[in-house]
Amino acid sequence: MNIHEYQAKEILNSFGIPVPRGRVALTSDQVERAAKEMGGRCVVKAQIYAGGRGKAGGVKLVHHPEQAQELGKDLFTRKLVTPQTGPEGLRVRRILVEEAVEIAREFYLSITLDRESSRYCLIASAEGGVEIEEVAAKTPEKIHMLTIDPFTGLRPYQARKIALALGLQGSVCEDCVELILNLYRCCLEKDCFLVEINPLVVTKTGWLMAMDAKINFDDNAMFRHREYPDMLDYSQLDTLEINAGKYDLSYIKLQGNIGCMVNGAGLAMATLDVLKEFGGEPANFLDVGGGATREKVAEAFKIILQDSDVKGVFVNIFGGIMRCDVIAQGIIEAASEVHCALPIVVRMDGSKVEEGKKLLLESGLNVQIGDNLGDGAARIVQMLGAGA
Amino acid sequence: MSILLNKDSKIVVQGITGRSGLFHTQQCRDYGSKVVAGVTPGKGGIHIEGIPVFNSVEEAVHYTKANVSMIFVPPPAAADAILEAADAGIALAVCITEGIPVRDMVLARRVLEGKKMRLVGPNCPGVITPDECKVGIMPGHIHRKGKIGVVSRSGTLTYEAVKQLTDMELGQSTCVGIGGDPIIGMKFIDVLKLFNEDPETEGVFMIGEIGGGAEEEAAFWIRDNMKKPVGAFIAGVTAPPGKRMGHAGAIITGGKGKAEDKIRTLQECGVTVAMSPTKMGDAMVEAMNHSPKKKK
Repeated sequence: MNIHEYQAKEILNSFGIPVPRGRVALTSDQVERAAKEMGGRCVVKAQIYAGGRGKAGGVKLVHHPEQAQELGKDLFTRKLVTPQTGPEGLRVRRILVEEAVEIAREFYLSITLDRESSRYCLIASAEGGVEIEEVAAKTPEKIHMLTIDPFTGLRPYQARKIALALGLQGSVCEDCVELILNLYRCCLEKDCFLVEINPLVVTKTGWLMAMDAKINFDDNAMFRHREYPDMLDYSQLDTLEINAGKYDLSYIKLQGNIGCMVNGAGLAMATLDVLKEFGGEPANFLDVGGGATREKVAEAFKIILQDSDVKGVFVNIFGGIMRCDVIAQGIIEAASEVHCALPIVVRMDGSKVEEGKKLLLESGLNVQIGDNLGDGAARIVQMLGAGA
Repeated sequence: MSILLNKDSKIVVQGITGRSGLFHTQQCRDYGSKVVAGVTPGKGGIHIEGIPVFNSVEEAVHYTKANVSMIFVPPPAAADAILEAADAGIALAVCITEGIPVRDMVLARRVLEGKKMRLVGPNCPGVITPDECKVGIMPGHIHRKGKIGVVSRSGTLTYEAVKQLTDMELGQSTCVGIGGDPIIGMKFIDVLKLFNEDPETEGVFMIGEIGGGAEEEAAFWIRDNMKKPVGAFIAGVTAPPGKRMGHAGAIITGGKGKAEDKIRTLQECGVTVAMSPTKMGDAMVEAMNHSPKKKK
């Protein structure tokens, strides 16, 4: 689960990491007032669930409150498209107004999970800022990495090694050691997949400060962090994706016209692959979970049909242990409830396959049965082609 | 022969009194697996479906000589259940539980370093040696005894692959679903090593997906060590680039993770890659017939 920059900064600050003074604004008038409070000269930052905002015009230094208000107006009325949002972009509903800070040096600092070592990994670089991925690709020696042994945790000497590698000396170096240790404490206590400060700066007056921050929570740890759901900004999520989440379905909207319902993420991805291979364009990725139930199948079906781009549905359920007649009933119920007349192809495997097929064929729905993955994909592509 | 499981494996089910724990215990037993004990703290002393329930894995092992654990314990206590199994002298733990926090698994994996117990999963379909023993939630009936080892990060996509293999009369020695979580016990390479040494396994089919660098790691290991033909499929060739936050993921994987890169690396390492999910069985046949590593 992602949160906004201002929320991440509040959390970092609660772990003793200094951040610039700032206010969150919901209207352009609030942007103006906040700018006055910061003394006129300030940084206006659009809050969206993606990075790369600066180049897209989402982060700007302004010199007067009126200028801040103008910028606020503009940002609140359009979508920001950055390399990390995808082509459709994201709406701006909150703006962070911060004091302008005189920066002497910029660094990159993050802690994330390293699958290869199965441990958390600290990443730091003296080449902070927007081009960090390029730095990593072209000059990997400028990236300092340290995998953290969960038994010992991050030790002060290790943090100091990183701080020294960043070229820090004297009291700033010791400040940085403390900051790094606090960052690790934050990562663990808040169950984060990622805590990232980019850039971490040394101000002209010699203080360390997190100028930008990103936090990504581990959804699986929600049960010990009841505060997480309240931090979610629903304006940053697709409506259908939110609905799907309520039923524990994993749904991602795509550009095509074939609605897909599959159990299991791997099989769902493979189903999209095979549809494309046969010349079809999937309208969504939808994983009803490895052991789909009748209720989930019914809800999934309704969510798929709420997308007006959908002109046909391909259901691919490899249940195994699940009973196909039960799945078939779920499909029939949902389709009848929403008066679905669209072509449907169902490919099912598991117990009671024949009973399930019979139910579907006798249901009066515009449905065909796919004998296997390839046959099913070919059929739905052909049914849509014939209808076009 | 087979790897990890055989007809003599004695299974204890942790979380046996839960709804899915009990359901899948029955399914495994119906398949022929020897389920000798269950564990649910506080319910020790009862019998469920004729299976004795204990308060701890240690007790279960003491009284029943169980050597394999199947774990259905809910996420908040699942990592603890894994460590309990290791402490009780279990040889193989298969953790089916989905949704264990990463921080818990980082610690659990660290504790397992240097211990004898092997962990499969979490968030996985389990392990099956056809006609002998099933420890997991996969449908038994699609499997057939044979000579192909299967190792996969996916759940239901593995069933699809196994069905294609069975339909093409390529039976399986053992199928291992290693799970899709970021932190797992056995990785591709750990399973490949076992298949490489197993006299009954003559070829291996590997199922990967986009994300991470595990398939690449496995590809290089196969190139340098594998004595048997390997077929593979990577799901997600057409997956759109997702929204993402921050740079750390990209820095750490160094651009790995895309399906095309994984496929190319596997091919360069001598693996026969199915280009369509409908051709997984065909790819394995081709690997068995044409691979330079074909058994003489």
